[in-house]
Amino acid sequence: MGIGMAADLLQYASSGVTIGAVYALVALGFTLIYNSTHVANFAQGDFAMLGAMTTVFVVTGGLPTFPAAILGTGVAAVAGLALYRLAIDPARSSPVLGLIVLTIGASIFAKGVAQLVFDKRFHSLPSWFDAGPIKLLGATIQTQSLVVLAGTIVVVGALAAFTTKTLLGKGILAVSQNPLAATLMGMNVRSIVTLAFVVSAAIGGLAGIMAAPITLTSYDAGTILSLKGFAAAMLGGMGNPVGAVVGGIVLGIVEAFGGGLISSAYKDAFAFLVILIVLAVRPQGFFGSIARERV
Amino acid sequence: MRSVRSRLLQLAILVAIIAIAPLLVPSNYYLRVMTLIYVFGLAAVGLNLLMGFAGQVSLGHAGFVGIGAYSVALGSVHWGLPGLYSVVLGAFVSAAIAALVGRPILRLKGHYLAVATLGFGFLIALLITNEAGLTGGPDGISVPRPVVFGWRLRTVEQWYWISGVALVVGVFIAQNLVASSTGRALRAIHDSEVAAQAIGVDVAKQKLKVFVVSAVYASLAGSLLAFCNGHITPDSTAGFLRSVELVTMVVLGGLGSVLGSVLGAAVLVLLPQVLTVFHDYEHLMLGLLMVLCIVMLPIGVVPSLAKKFARSGA
Amino acid sequence: MSNIWKSLRLTFSTAATALLMAQASYAQQPIKIGAILSVTGPASFLGEPQKRTIEMLAQQVNAEGGIAGRKIELVVYDDGGDANAARTFASRLIDQDKVIAMVGGSTTGTTMAMLPAFEEAEIPFMSMAGALQVVQPVKKWVFKTPQTDTMACGKIFEDIKARGLSSIAVVFGTDGFGRSMRDQCVAVAPKYGINIVHEESFGPKDSDMTPQLTNVRGKKDVQAIVVPGIGQTPAILARNYKQLGMTLPLYVSHGVASKEFIDLSAGGAEGARLPVPALLVGSKLATEDSQRAPVLAYTQAYEKTANQPVSAFGGFMHDGFQMVVEAIKRSGSTEPAKIRDALEATKGFVGVNGIYSMTAKDHMGLDLAGFRMVEIKNGNWSPIASGK
Repeated sequence: MGIGMAADLLQYASSGVTIGAVYALVALGFTLIYNSTHVANFAQGDFAMLGAMTTVFVVTGGLPTFPAAILGTGVAAVAGLALYRLAIDPARSSPVLGLIVLTIGASIFAKGVAQLVFDKRFHSLPSWFDAGPIKLLGATIQTQSLVVLAGTIVVVGALAAFTTKTLLGKGILAVSQNPLAATLMGMNVRSIVTLAFVVSAAIGGLAGIMAAPITLTSYDAGTILSLKGFAAAMLGGMGNPVGAVVGGIVLGIVEAFGGGLISSAYKDAFAFLVILIVLAVRPQGFFGSIARERV
Repeated sequence: MRSVRSRLLQLAILVAIIAIAPLLVPSNYYLRVMTLIYVFGLAAVGLNLLMGFAGQVSLGHAGFVGIGAYSVALGSVHWGLPGLYSVVLGAFVSAAIAALVGRPILRLKGHYLAVATLGFGFLIALLITNEAGLTGGPDGISVPRPVVFGWRLRTVEQWYWISGVALVVGVFIAQNLVASSTGRALRAIHDSEVAAQAIGVDVAKQKLKVFVVSAVYASLAGSLLAFCNGHITPDSTAGFLRSVELVTMVVLGGLGSVLGSVLGAAVLVLLPQVLTVFHDYEHLMLGLLMVLCIVMLPIGVVPSLAKKFARSGA
Repeated sequence: MSNIWKSLRLTFSTAATALLMAQASYAQQPIKIGAILSVTGPASFLGEPQKRTIEMLAQQVNAEGGIAGRKIELVVYDDGGDANAARTFASRLIDQDKVIAMVGGSTTGTTMAMLPAFEEAEIPFMSMAGALQVVQPVKKWVFKTPQTDTMACGKIFEDIKARGLSSIAVVFGTDGFGRSMRDQCVAVAPKYGINIVHEESFGPKDSDMTPQLTNVRGKKDVQAIVVPGIGQTPAILARNYKQLGMTLPLYVSHGVASKEFIDLSAGGAEGARLPVPALLVGSKLATEDSQRAPVLAYTQAYEKTANQPVSAFGGFMHDGFQMVVEAIKRSGSTEPAKIRDALEATKGFVGVNGIYSMTAKDHMGLDLAGFRMVEIKNGNWSPIASGK
């Protein structure tokens, strides 16, 4: 019984970390956009959907997985560019709540486009590597889970290097901390924010593409990802990239263990209960700094 | 003095529309659509008190709509409560829950508050969906029409007038609340919590008060919706998309404009009816219109237009 | 003031009279049939094939000259799976479009929300909802085409029993379909000598069922797994099932009866058994089978127009629409009351989903014979004789 239980726990953990990694990437994109514009982008999950759906249809059209994935990521990135330049930037003067409604509108629009260009059916992608699942201490781990994990680590690492090592990346940091000062320093804030949107959308797209072999995708798969990504970002502490990643993984693990050990019907409830409890104790999330109101 | 006049004028316009509309519409279908506008308008006016005046967001307000709706369903199906009593019961339950969760939740700021209220709404919807023995589960539950003074209220016209009156009363109370000392305190909180505290406003108490009031508005709207539909489901009352819809009504109409919320409700109820002509392009159009509205009227329809008129008038 | 009222009323009554006269003078005007379907939203896998089916069939009827020389005019609305929207569109069909019959209601939730409106307006309503509560107790104006969950449970339990098994786990979806079928299965299990020893559930938007299956795997007394669930989510379950290397007999429901489920399960559904309508067995039906002809005709036409495989859900619409058309023909009238009476008198209508015989007590009119037990073999439905 002891070994069986251990195997079960390991199984929950593997499934939780995999889903959590997807949440983490969506939350990371969320954070990037929040930092540069203070907009909570509820269309973030739709970038993942666009990336995955494009890849599915290009693969069906005969292109191999990897070039198709690059194309899918590219389409998501273009969607990010369009969202900023055509909607968010022109509506700068709207209050924060207006911008939330705007991104929700953009999300509905993305679904509308996807159901026309693609279709309303569910789709799946083949696993990236054609290998059977790995047995570990009685638990079964899918190879695609490892792809998602590795991909998440690479993306997080690359983003960290980009924002600390390159001039452009430092620009993003500067703009997020103080846009006015950044302008005074001679930076082109608008193009740096555009870059933040493009990178964020590409990360979202990539997350969707990596997850599609496990979770399936469809034109309306974005909403739940946006929600979970947003929740993960807040759990970790808004605006903190490390927090976003930790928040995502924690959310995934809580869901898997709550669903497995307590009640699968209330799986989503555990995730939100944990968020409510964490915020009751730490109103700024795990890693967020306490926002002081300027008088 | 001027503000009193403008309040009365707004109320008069609303009463006139409600009174005249039935004479102009060609069929019961239009009456139903108008009824829905009043019902959702009521919920939006309540939410606007919280969002527009106190500056606090709620992404889970449909949770209270669900509580109101399911109170009248469960009250009459399981506990044999007469319709009117179960409406009051729903309002009390909503107020109690709002008071209970409001205290910890309202300490949160901005997007943290958004995610906490979102989680709250999610929990309510999940409870309603999963406790199928009581609530009928995802397929929903039928709501018997209430009997008031020996009359069984079932026709479209009856519910049209009831929801119309409810909206007028709701708007009237909201206007007075905004004009009262509570309203001034709320606006102070909206502008700056620290400053409000400094001038002696009990910020936590005022925020909680308006949260409870807005929950009661939503609950009453939910009860009305349940009665005039006759059948309710978890998604169509407490679902996350319903919460989003309520927020959209408030923002499109204009934060802080009571009449704007009614207009916002009208837009969101009417759009799907108008957009059916576009068939497959329906969602695309809906999303596009939402984006365009915010881009062109960034502070909402009513305040944006008011600003424009004021400018051109000056 | 009173003059304004008067002139307003006058305008309306003149308009109404004009409308009535216009109606009388056009005997050849189209027959209006309404359909409110969940074409988008979480139940779009139901509503989408249903919309394509009814549009295709109406076109077919019209191409053949319509009904007694009158064309059919369809009015289709998308409720997005929202019961409140469905209720509003029901008012619109009744008051505004003045349809003489309604075919639709993709889910139990939307159907239940619309049902009082059609009962009150006295317009026949042919629903595509699964749950028994739609037609039991019998509502005068409401009919439905899909088999009930109780029948699916019965068919599955018969097969389990025939394999000499009795102790099962139920893993159900928390959506309306899954929950309702789970309740029915629990209710009829003792009758078949089936013992439900463990239960798990999954949400309609879940993307990973490994934890639930891990729990089932840990229970030693489980001999078979029954999955009451609809749409594509059970496909994820089937994938996880295979990934976990589980080998217990797996039963899924008629709610996954589309080719997509097999494709999406990526081999995970291989060996799974389920009850399906004759439609899905298609060309494998025996030549003497009376359902063979309508099944093949619908399959060919649908796959040509829609460019996708047929599903049971589109089949529900096929049968419902055809029965309504037949009722209009038989009654020789477009009066809703006469159409209703004709619908109730439907005898031995051979559809793609089953053979219907309605009565005043039974507004579904199907027996267990409509269901065929199949096993998924080589990515296709393969009929099995019970217990083999």
